[in-house]
Amino acid sequence: MKRIYAFEERCLNCRLCEVACKTAHSKSGDTFKAYMLENALPGRVHVEGDNQLSVAVNCRHCSHPNCVSGCISGALSKDPVTGIVTCDTAKCVACRTCVAMCPFGAVTVIEKAHKCDLCTTGHGNGDPACVRACINGALIFVESDEEQVKAVEDNVSGRGL
Amino acid sequence: MLRREGDIHIPSGCAISAIMDRSGTRHDGTDIIKSIALMHDRGNGLGGGFAAYGIYPEYKDLYAFHIFLEDKQARLEVQSYIEEKFKLEASEKLPTRKVATIKDAPLIWRFFVAPKPDHVKDEADGDEEQYVMNCVMHINTHIRGAFVSSSGKDMGAFKGVGYPEEMGEFYRLEDYKAWLWTAHGRFPTNTPGWWGGAHPFTLLNWSIVHNGEISSYDANRRYIEQFGYDCALATDTEAITYIFDHLVRQHGLSLETAAHIMCAPGWDEIDRMPADAKAYETAIRQVYGPCLVNGPFSVILGTGDGMMALNDRLKLRALMRAEKGDIVYFASEESAIRVVCEDAENLRAVGGGVPEIVKLYSAERGN
Amino acid sequence: MPINYLLPAFLVERDTNRCIKCGACARQCSNETHYKDEDLDIMCVHEERCVNCQRCVTICPTHALTIKRHEQAQPLSNNWTGGYIQDIAAQAQGGAVLLSSMGTQKNYPVYWDHMLLNASQVTNPSIDPLREPMETKVILGRKPEKLVVDEKTKTIKTPMYPSRTLGVPIMFSAMSFGSISLNAQKSMALAARELGTFFNTGEGGLHQDLREFHDNCIVQVASGRFGVDRDYLEQASIIEIKIGQGAKPGIGGHLPGEKINDEVSRTRMIPKGTDAISPAPHHDIYSIEDLRQLIYSLKEATEYTKPVSVKIAAVHNAPAIASGMARAGADIIVIDGFRGGTGAAPTRIKDNVGIPIELALASVDQRLRDEGIRNRVSLVPAGSFRCSADIVKAIALGADAVYCASAPLIAMGCHMCQSCNKGKCNWGIATQRPELTRRLRPEVASQRIVNLVTAWNHEIQEMLGGMGINAIESLRGNRLMLRGIGLNEKELEVLGIKYAGEVM
Repeated sequence: MKRIYAFEERCLNCRLCEVACKTAHSKSGDTFKAYMLENALPGRVHVEGDNQLSVAVNCRHCSHPNCVSGCISGALSKDPVTGIVTCDTAKCVACRTCVAMCPFGAVTVIEKAHKCDLCTTGHGNGDPACVRACINGALIFVESDEEQVKAVEDNVSGRGL
Repeated sequence: MLRREGDIHIPSGCAISAIMDRSGTRHDGTDIIKSIALMHDRGNGLGGGFAAYGIYPEYKDLYAFHIFLEDKQARLEVQSYIEEKFKLEASEKLPTRKVATIKDAPLIWRFFVAPKPDHVKDEADGDEEQYVMNCVMHINTHIRGAFVSSSGKDMGAFKGVGYPEEMGEFYRLEDYKAWLWTAHGRFPTNTPGWWGGAHPFTLLNWSIVHNGEISSYDANRRYIEQFGYDCALATDTEAITYIFDHLVRQHGLSLETAAHIMCAPGWDEIDRMPADAKAYETAIRQVYGPCLVNGPFSVILGTGDGMMALNDRLKLRALMRAEKGDIVYFASEESAIRVVCEDAENLRAVGGGVPEIVKLYSAERGN
Repeated sequence: MPINYLLPAFLVERDTNRCIKCGACARQCSNETHYKDEDLDIMCVHEERCVNCQRCVTICPTHALTIKRHEQAQPLSNNWTGGYIQDIAAQAQGGAVLLSSMGTQKNYPVYWDHMLLNASQVTNPSIDPLREPMETKVILGRKPEKLVVDEKTKTIKTPMYPSRTLGVPIMFSAMSFGSISLNAQKSMALAARELGTFFNTGEGGLHQDLREFHDNCIVQVASGRFGVDRDYLEQASIIEIKIGQGAKPGIGGHLPGEKINDEVSRTRMIPKGTDAISPAPHHDIYSIEDLRQLIYSLKEATEYTKPVSVKIAAVHNAPAIASGMARAGADIIVIDGFRGGTGAAPTRIKDNVGIPIELALASVDQRLRDEGIRNRVSLVPAGSFRCSADIVKAIALGADAVYCASAPLIAMGCHMCQSCNKGKCNWGIATQRPELTRRLRPEVASQRIVNLVTAWNHEIQEMLGGMGINAIESLRGNRLMLRGIGLNEKELEVLGIKYAGEVM
């Protein structure tokens, strides 16, 4: 499946990915309204670190996701076809088991559990919003077979230059 | 006030024509007048002229100067300058005929001269042609009201303001016999009244009739002026003549190579060539880039032993060639050849950037 | 605390109806102009820190920011204008020579804007570059005055000098590693390779990572001799002796110590953190014959396989100096006009010394022609070519090709804030801080430069075609293609052009 990969060599800590995610998952789809009117939930991607070293963290959509295994209400599930892990907030009871079980800190609970859905819930087209928003190519949406990822990694680190 | 050639650049459309007998047999001017007259509509009566080679066999070792003189004062000054620099063998007013449509003709004189050897040695390191060229440049730039219309050996230019057929009549070309005739009918885009500006343009034995307007003019001019040439007339023809003279006489290249330099192949063509040819062409373009002539032109260059026809490398101007026996014809239009030789053979268009050199049989044997 | 007499130069306006307080502006500004007041929960500004680099303006996701010139009232004097008062305040505070970057801010005439180009109509057809070949290839280097040719075998008998071919009539002028980041240099190297042209190391040496670009590399030998060793010369495709720079004629380069980190120190072969100040003259060149010695030393050292270029600032006597350079053995003569950029130069020199490149180029080209030696050497002007039309005009005045530096910088992201000397470039260009240089990705920036130069080359081809010319050498020195507008007789005379409306 295609996954988002993040590269700290390129991350500038601008956090525009967070803004884009929040906008993409808002009701209005408008950045200003998302922040100032809807008080929308924080982004499902968040940047860890500071200007010296930072990286955007989001859900890895694991092959065997711990969050899904631990979910007590059946809200979290992995789509057998696309492999995308999503949360059905109608079923979520906010028990926070998923938060405890995710090794990447990619699930946030504010009333309900929220996590990256690769923008498949009707908000985006093509690359996820965070990838499109990144100004320095630090987020990349590619097939997750080894060769693809290695090629991208080489390119980022300058080895392939 | 209207300004004359040299003060102003006048783009022109034109007709050109040439007839050459490779055996060296001389013919009078009837055919060339007929040929250029057929293309009457390509000119507008503001310039016409001829160059003729082989016309002065009795003086063939002397430089024949045809000089336009605006007044008596100019004639006296020219005469005294020539006497200072040359041994004057003969001089006379060029015979002309009154033609109703031709007005404001200057005095036209011809002088048959030999350079004074000590002057040649002192002033031009013994290079006689360079010496003569310097003297011609001096007359044109420094003697007010005088202009050298031609300065070669056994050849002459006959030109002025009017249709070429009128010029032929005025200059009595039926009285001259030449193995090579070239002709020019001009369509300048404004109205110069100066005879010196008419074509052919000549220098020493070179004569050029040219149709076109070159867009590289000032690049060519500013290059050539580094080497003692003064582009006083500001015409394309003058610049092209000087480039030929520079490459052939000063740099010792053949006419063919000179033409190749002026119409060098494109880089995409050069890049496809084998390494040797590529190095050759690259060096030519690198060193002689300023001699590349850009923009539309067709020229016929008369030389002491033949002629060369050349089209720009994009072939933006018409020029046809045909033959009959010993005679070779070039003209802007096929009809201008057919009118004097109905059954001319091997008729074809001159290719873009490919020089066509025609030499006297005697010159070919000499090679 | 004493009063700070310096007034802010810029006003940062934030539209609170747009700002979402995401803080991207604060995190991206290396000058720490923006900050978030957590108590009040608003974004605030230290506007006196703003240099107008416009990084925040371009990244703000809601376009909430505008930077304006600070409208502080100026004294009611036409003589004591704000700039001079502020400069005095700064010097009274710091006691130092004023430094600033990029070109002069003073309002001298830009002659490119006073020249108009020709086009063909009726008597001579224009040529369509989309349908016909349109040649913009240029060969630089010394040329023999004439060729001796074996016409039968089509071979050249005259020995040829080393030369270099450019795919486009544009090269990237000298910018040293140190004054700009390695990523910026690498971007230009990549672009030069793709375009078939050259980048110039400046006087900062050649970083190991750039050695693979040797076919597209001009190395500079300047008065400080930074980074010069045998390997450096051998890596070069062209060697350039830098005598002077348009932005600061008469003085040497100046790289502030804060830009000299480990890498720069190693490449330049100088201590870390110390100001790198090149001597004003080359201390082995006090005369034209000394220049000849250095030119031939470099030729000798590289076995006459590389063209040697000599760069001078455009000064009053440039034509005579250029003629001397040609005779001293320079293969390429570079003239750098006084509007040219720099990473750091004394402001007073930048604003007052030297002459415009248009006039210098015209008079140098004419002088070389008057002496019959123009065809021997290549002539390359530098110093602020802002668009393709400037380049076409330069070639018509007599240039072989041009050097551009500011334009590729702008293509990379430079917004002309003129603060390169501070080493905090928010665009990752004129800085050595890793968190900032990371912002410039060579594969992206080089593509932007390639796009720019390709676009300019297309425009040059369009203009050439319009003039009925299909090879750039037929434009070179073709001054009849130019006409002056708004110029006086003397300016026309120096430029060697006629006035608009005058025919040939």
